Order: sequence, then C-alpha cells, then structure tokens
Amino acid sequence: MTRSLPLTTRRSALAVGGLAAAAAGLAACSSGGDSGSSDGGGTSIDLEERGPITLARGKDTTGALADFLSRWNDDHPDEQVTLIELPESADDQRSQFISNAQAKSDSYTVLGLDVVWTAEFAANQWVVALPEDTFDLDALIPATVTTGTYFDKLYAVPFTTNAQLLFSRKDLLEEAGYDQPPATFEEMWEIVAKVQEKHPEINGFGSQYAKYEGLTCQLTDVVASAGGEIFDAEGAPHADSAEATTALQTLRDGFDQGHIPQEALTYKEEESRQAFQDGKLIFLQNWPYVWDHFQNDDGSSQVVDKVQVSLVPAVAGEGTSTIGGANYAISAFAKNKGTAVDFIAFMTALEQQKAWMIETATPTATAAVYEDAEVAKTFEFLDTLKSAIDKGVSRPQVVKYGDVTQAIQEAAYSCISGEAEAADALAQLQEQLTGLVES
Amino acid sequence: MSTTTTSPRDQVPVGADRASAARRGRRLGAIVVGIGMALILVYCLAPFVWMLISSLRRPSDGRSTALIPWPISVENYRAVFDPANHFGRALGNSLVVAGGTTVLVLLLATLGAYALARLSFRGKVLVMFLVVATSMFPVIILVVPLLKLFTGGFDWWPWSWINTYQAMILPSISFALPLAVWNLNAFFRQLPVELEQAAMVDGTTRFGAFVRVILPLAAPGMFTTAIITFIAAWNEFLIALTMVNRPEMQTANVAISKFTGISQFDTPYGTKMAAGVIVTVPLIIMVLAFQRRIIGGLAAGSVK
Amino acid sequence: MSTLAHRRRARGDGQEGLAGLLLSPTLLLLALVVGFPLVLSVRQSLFQGGDEIDPTTGIIQQGDTFVGLQNYLDAFTSSGAGAGFWNAFWNTTLFTVVGVAIETVLGVAMALIMARALRATGLIRASILVPWAIPTVVSALMWQLIFDANGIANEIIGQQILWTTEGLQAKAAVLIADIWKTAPYIGLLTLAGLQTIDEQVYEAAKVDGANRWQTFWRITLPLVRPVLMVAVLFRLLDAMRMFDLPYVLLGRLRSGQTLSMLAADAASKTDFGMASAYAVVLFLYICLVAVIFVRGLGADVIGDADGRARRARPRRLRTTAEGDLP
Repeated sequence: MTRSLPLTTRRSALAVGGLAAAAAGLAACSSGGDSGSSDGGGTSIDLEERGPITLARGKDTTGALADFLSRWNDDHPDEQVTLIELPESADDQRSQFISNAQAKSDSYTVLGLDVVWTAEFAANQWVVALPEDTFDLDALIPATVTTGTYFDKLYAVPFTTNAQLLFSRKDLLEEAGYDQPPATFEEMWEIVAKVQEKHPEINGFGSQYAKYEGLTCQLTDVVASAGGEIFDAEGAPHADSAEATTALQTLRDGFDQGHIPQEALTYKEEESRQAFQDGKLIFLQNWPYVWDHFQNDDGSSQVVDKVQVSLVPAVAGEGTSTIGGANYAISAFAKNKGTAVDFIAFMTALEQQKAWMIETATPTATAAVYEDAEVAKTFEFLDTLKSAIDKGVSRPQVVKYGDVTQAIQEAAYSCISGEAEAADALAQLQEQLTGLVES
Repeated sequence: MSTTTTSPRDQVPVGADRASAARRGRRLGAIVVGIGMALILVYCLAPFVWMLISSLRRPSDGRSTALIPWPISVENYRAVFDPANHFGRALGNSLVVAGGTTVLVLLLATLGAYALARLSFRGKVLVMFLVVATSMFPVIILVVPLLKLFTGGFDWWPWSWINTYQAMILPSISFALPLAVWNLNAFFRQLPVELEQAAMVDGTTRFGAFVRVILPLAAPGMFTTAIITFIAAWNEFLIALTMVNRPEMQTANVAISKFTGISQFDTPYGTKMAAGVIVTVPLIIMVLAFQRRIIGGLAAGSVK
Repeated sequence: MSTLAHRRRARGDGQEGLAGLLLSPTLLLLALVVGFPLVLSVRQSLFQGGDEIDPTTGIIQQGDTFVGLQNYLDAFTSSGAGAGFWNAFWNTTLFTVVGVAIETVLGVAMALIMARALRATGLIRASILVPWAIPTVVSALMWQLIFDANGIANEIIGQQILWTTEGLQAKAAVLIADIWKTAPYIGLLTLAGLQTIDEQVYEAAKVDGANRWQTFWRITLPLVRPVLMVAVLFRLLDAMRMFDLPYVLLGRLRSGQTLSMLAADAASKTDFGMASAYAVVLFLYICLVAVIFVRGLGADVIGDADGRARRARPRRLRTTAEGDLP
C-alpha cells in the first residue's frame, strides 16, 4: 500500500529538479532522482492499483497468446491487456526493456524476461518484488522458480522453461551395434569412431559453440555434469576448479580428436539443427524445438523417424542441461501493477500453461502439464524432457550477467578454438569473474 | 544542361581519319562499357537474386543452398502478409515516414545549402562543420535521451510523442540532413553563379533566379540526394523500433524484426527474405518512376 | 567582379540575416535531436553508475559518482570496463580505410560506366539501387546465410572457410558485405556529379587533343571532385560508426568489434558512463579524420566563406564554364 507514495514523490522530485536533474536521469541511477526508493524491492506492491496494462514480449505466431488475451480481456473489461510485440532477437528485446527503464517510461507493464536477466533487472529496481502468496509457486517446477528469484525474493514468475536434449541418429547407432544413446562424452566418442568407420563423411557431435550466449549454456552444463559450478550458491566464482578444467578439456578433446567438427565453432541453434537435419551429424545437442523439423516428411529432413532423444551427454555421471525459458515480471515504472499481478497469475495457471505447451511446442513451467495425456500426445519424449528440466542448472545468477557471460564465452571459445589451454583460459576467467562480482 | 547519358564523343564531327579512329574507339568503348555494365549487374544483383531464391523455398527448406528452389513455394510471401503482421499497414507507415522525411530534408537542405553556397556570412565554415559533426556520433547512444525526450521526461519538452510519426520523422530528418546540406552545397557551388546574376539583371529576384535557374540545373544532384534520403529513412530501424509500440504505427523494418518461428530459436529465414524482396522491389520501381517524371520535368524547364 | 567586392556588396543587402533565416531550421533541429543528447553524453562520460550491491537486499546502491576522466583512462589503457578498446579502434580503422578506399574506386568506376551506358540504363540504375535499398535487418541475415559454414559462398569457392570464426576471414566477410552495400552509394552520387558537368567541357578537351586518361584525370575527376569528396566524407563518417553489420554477422567475435559496438555493448550492460566515453572518443576520432580529410584532400568542399582566396583550380573551372556557356 505504501508503494505508490514514494513513486509519486520521486516523479515530482524529478520535475522540480529541472534540466540538471533530468540530465542526470540519463543514467539508471541519478543521484537525486532515486533517493526516495531506498526501501528497495522489499515492499509489497499496491494490489489495488488497477486498470489497463500492457504485455511486452516477443511475437507469437501460433495464435495461442491472442486467444489468452481475448479471454482475459472479455473477463476484465476495465483491465484490458494490450500486447506490445518486441523483436524476435533476445538482444533487441533486452535493449528495448533497458531503454524504457532508463527513460522511466510506463509503456511496458508486464515484461517477458529471459531467465538470465532476473538478477540484473531486480538489482537495478527496474522490476518490482512480487507478492509470492498470489502465485501458486508450488505447482511450478522448482528449477524454474529459482530462475525468477533473487536474494530470496520472487521478481519474476516462470512462464516457459526449456532444457536441451541429445538427439541421436538411431539408424546409425543400430548399424554400429549400439542400442542406447550415449550417457557420457566418452561413450559418445567411442560410438562416433565406430560409426565413422563406415561413414567417414558424417561428422560426430554438434552443439552451439559459436561465440554467443549458447556457448555459456554449453560450458555451464558440462561443468555441472563434471560436478563443478561456475558460481556457488553464495555467488563466489569457481571457474578454475579441477571439475571445470576437466569439463572444458573434454570439449577441447572433442574438437582436437575430430569428434566435434571444426565448423561447430560457427554453430548456433539453427546452424547445428540444419547440419543434423541434413544428415551431416550423428549427435546433436539442442532445444526440443528441433524435433518437429526432423520429423517433417515434406522432404526437407533427411532424418525422419531416425532420431532418438535422451539426456545431454555428461562429462561424468548424469548429463545436465542449462535451463532456458521466459519469466514474467512487472516494470517498476508502470501503472496498475495490481492488474499485472493478476494477469501473471492467469498466464501461469494450469489451463494456459497446458494450452501454450500444446500450441507452441515450448515447455512450460507448471509441473502438472507433464502428467497430462493431451500434452503427452504432442511430445513423444515428454518424460525425458521433464527429467532434463528437473535436473536443469541455471546459468550464473549475477547482476553483471552481461559481463559474466561474455567472459565465459571468451574463455570457452579461446580453448575450444585451440588458442589457449583449458587451465589457462579458466584461470583467466576466474580472475575476471572475481573482479566482476567484487566491484 | 542536359541529363542524358550519351557519350560526348558521339557528337564530335571531325576529319575522316579521326572519324574512323573515333569509330574504332567507340566500338572498343562500347565493348568495355558493355562488360562493365554486365559486371555491375552481377555485382549488385547476385546477392539479391540469392535472397529472391531463398524467399521462394518452402519455409521448411529455409537454410537450403539449392540453386533452384524446389518445390517452389509462395508460402513465405503469404506468411509476410499474415494479418497478425499488419504488414500492409507497416509498408504504408514506412512510406509516410520516409516520404515525409525526404520532403522535409530536401526543403530544409535546399534552403541551408543555398545560404552556404550563395550567401556570404561570417562563420560559414563553423556552420558547415557543426552540421557535419552531427553525423559523427553513434546513433545508438542517442536513443535513450531521445526516448526520454519523446516520452515527456524533460520538463522543457511539453509533448508526448510515443507512437507518432513525428517521433520517427524528426530523428530521421536529423540523420539525413547533414549529408543533404553538404551534398546540395557541393552541387550548387558547382554551377556558375553568373547564371543567376544574368537572370537577376533581367529583374528576377535573388531567390527567383535560384529557383528558376539553379534548381533545374542541379536536378541530378537533388534527385540523388532525395533517393539517398528516402532509402536511409526507409531503412531506419532503431528509432522506429524504440519510439513506437503500437503495431498499427510500426514501420516495415520493425515489423520484419518481429517475424518469428513457432519457438524462440526457430528463425523464419524464408519469410524474412520474402519481406526483404517485398520492401525492396516497390522502392526501386518508385525511384525509377520518379526519376523519369522529376528529372524529365526539371530538365525540360531548364534554361538550356 | 572580384570576390571581395562581391562580398562587400553582399553584406550590404542583408545576406547575413537571410543566411541565418535559411539555416536556422536545420541548426535548430540538429541541436534538438543530436546536439542535446550529445551534450548529455559528454556529461555522462564523466560519471560511473553505482555498482555497490547491498548485501541483504541485493539492490544496487543508487547514484552516479563523478569520476573525471577515469572512463577515458580505462578505455585508453584497455583496462577494466575499457578492455577491448584498442582492438575495436584498429578494427574500426581497418574497416574504414580498406572499406572506403575500395568502395570509392568501385563506385567511381560504376559511375563512369553508367554515365556512358547507352542501353539498358533503366535496368542498371534500378540494379545499382538494390544493395543500398535492402534493409539491413534483412541483408545482414542474407549475408549470414551466404557466409554459413555450409552456405553458398563456400559452395562457390569450393572449400569450407569458417567465415564467422575469429580471424582475418571474419574481417573479410564484414568488408565484403559492407563494400557491396555502399559502393553503389558512391557510384550514385558520383554519377549525379558527372551529369552536372557540362558536355562542352569534354568537347573542348577533345578539341585540345586530350586522350581519355588525360580527360579523366584533368577534367572529369577535378570537376566531379567536390561531389565525390562529400560522398567519401560521409562514407567515412558512416564506416567509422559501423555497427549493425558486424553485430549481426559476427556477434561477439573480437575480429568484428568496432567502437560503436563497444559503446552499444557498454550501454546494454547499463554502464552508461563507459558507453558515453566510447561514443565521445569515437566522435573525436571521427572529427579528427574529417578535419584531416577536408583540409588535406577536399579543401574546396567547404567553400570560400572565410574570405581566403579560392584554390586556383576551381576558379579556372568556373571561368571555363563561364566562357562556354551561352
């Protein structure tokens, strides 16, 4: 209830300050402008604040979202939700969010945030802490709730989630005498060598090794399956641990020994998907969306009915995937946050979660949908997917995520491209990460 | 002054020896020009043709490298005009923004360039420099202050311009003006000042002389400046994306950036290529149509 | 009439006031849309945002601190948030120098050919607009497809070059895509310049027995020079601010990082002080290059405003033209 008051004072403070204060407001955190908000994200938001709101997120081509919105709008004539479509690229979405936060614009109410942005948006107070009781968090998969939490407070409610899987060429494996997809990299290299005896023209394993966000996912998951972690729960970096070194060395060996083709250094999701779909790879690690492309029988896929799905390969033990997906948060500068809270609850309710998963083939965050018979019909590998998400590991939840992910990509890339040795690259990474969390 | 592209050599009547030498030279010249033209065509069109080919594949063949899109499909074009994309409307908005920008830029730049080319005043070099200096700052850094300005974040700015044409047109004008001013200044200065003076002796005003004598002569320059301005405004993305969030106000480029596949990672290559063809071809047809009209018209009214 | 006398008379009939009137809309608009944000940025570049995190709430301590020239120092020593500055600086310089040089030669060649084309002029003019007219959001994706490891570029040259990995090939990919797009721009402007040249000048040269090469160097090039110089100058400014092409094509590869990308990157990490510092450094760098360019090569683009005598060449051209005109 107290939340709306400081907001108003803050606005008028800016108004009185005139040009000088306004100019300072170019930065996220102007000295005069934000002094009224030292209460931080701790206070609850005013649930009585109601009226029309907007939802800012990427486009949906399936029509599912339009359907949800029209249902909501029919039921809430005075609290209409308008969709603001953002560009397809996550980087562009992010820069739109940040620009609007910088300008303290109230254009966006509910924000569709990538799971890795939570810490930064929360720490900068661009999004508000949410009333946890309003949402049925217990119904959501715990690994997904973690992605929306920062310093024990909920800042974003999971809407979709995602985990990578290993796609294997069943036909080639059988021909080489294997009836199971590999669980570890070591097993996988063995199978690759065996298959390539007969098919030297087919490359071994591909995943996203270009220098971009996907590479951070790759390093995060191999380090996790080796038993290490890049950041511990307290936020201290351990990039140069023995486990991390083993993990990165595993990937480097894959490249050096030719089990991973050099061209994988250019792979993002779509490049690697295409290579596998054209029959040029035995193994592919990717998100579940590739399945429909592989099974497309219009002639565009060379691997129809030849694909088997399992957990991603592990360095040791069990394969662990990075968690992806999008969460919903509420802009600190928006009006009608009460309506926004209700709307997020509506979007994350079982009925919508189930419909979304069926329509868009994107995994959602509610645990119960994975038990649903209708959903099972659209996902042939639902159990594998569910267990991949359950075991999923978050990318570093740090405020300076942009710097952290770039440092990780730089280190991983320099090693797998043969520029630097794993231990050196990781020692340097550790140094950078330490600097980033300390400053 | 004429704007034809005929070689001056064709009109030189000289002695017989020279004439046959000229004929040989002409034939050789024609061959060189022919080869050059073929090279230009390949250079300019090859990547475009690849875009066209890619747009005619089925969506599921998005990343294929087959030279002939087979089975051929117009599915991507249909997808571009899916009602959810408001693409027709977006094309209209692009036309309004780019057209408005071009008209205003030409007007402002003609006035400014006239002053710079034909009037003498103190600080001309400084003005020229200030104008060009505004093209030296990375646009990406201007976005946040402009957004703040147009959302009414500064007290001295009374208007909220989010979701308006002017929020897109004004920055576009500013980005195109420096080139236009410098360019037109260069073209005006290339034309002899004595032409106007002759007209002024006949009792025409200074500005009348300029409009009737210099503008027609500078037509190729004006027209080229207009084309460049129009295309630059037509292609502007960042400002148009930031200042507008209602689908019915967005420009074609912004609409294209929002095309998506079913899932987050599913890039709709074919649809984007089709959209690229759709926004490029009419632009070029329009430019050609204008070229005939405007240049033809202006040249006809010129002194020569 | 001597320039001086002309000027004196001109001042008398209120040219200053008229000039002010004619130029003020342009200057006002530029001040609002570029000047004002630029001033804010310069100020911002002297500050650093707070990055102290409250240990209990995780909230960033708000408030900018004045740090003087620290951001600039970081950039020039490539330390801390400024890491990568010199790499980006040299990339920017490389893309600009190599790119603009090739574009200029190609563009002028295109213009000369187009000016002499007798047939298919419509087709060729339409096609030369194409690279320039395809929106970057689409053409960047198109080049991505072309330069894919299994893409058409590699199919044509018959070997697999990994264009989008670190190295010279990545720089080459950026240069190819950029030159392709912008050479026609120079071509277009130069063609317009050629069309403004009076044909009688050529005829006079012909009568004097000048050969083609002489005609090109002594007549065509000097006459088209003011326009060409403006085109090249603005290409320099644009090339030095290059951003979206390497960004879409190469992402975070160091090989493609430019100063504009560094500024954008810092801004996306909300390090607005650093972002502004990069932008200001780039601005000053561009200023320097522009001044050198205008002074050294294209002195006559600015004109005779400061009362200094015009360069000999343009004056001679003017009298030539005058003498030939009816």
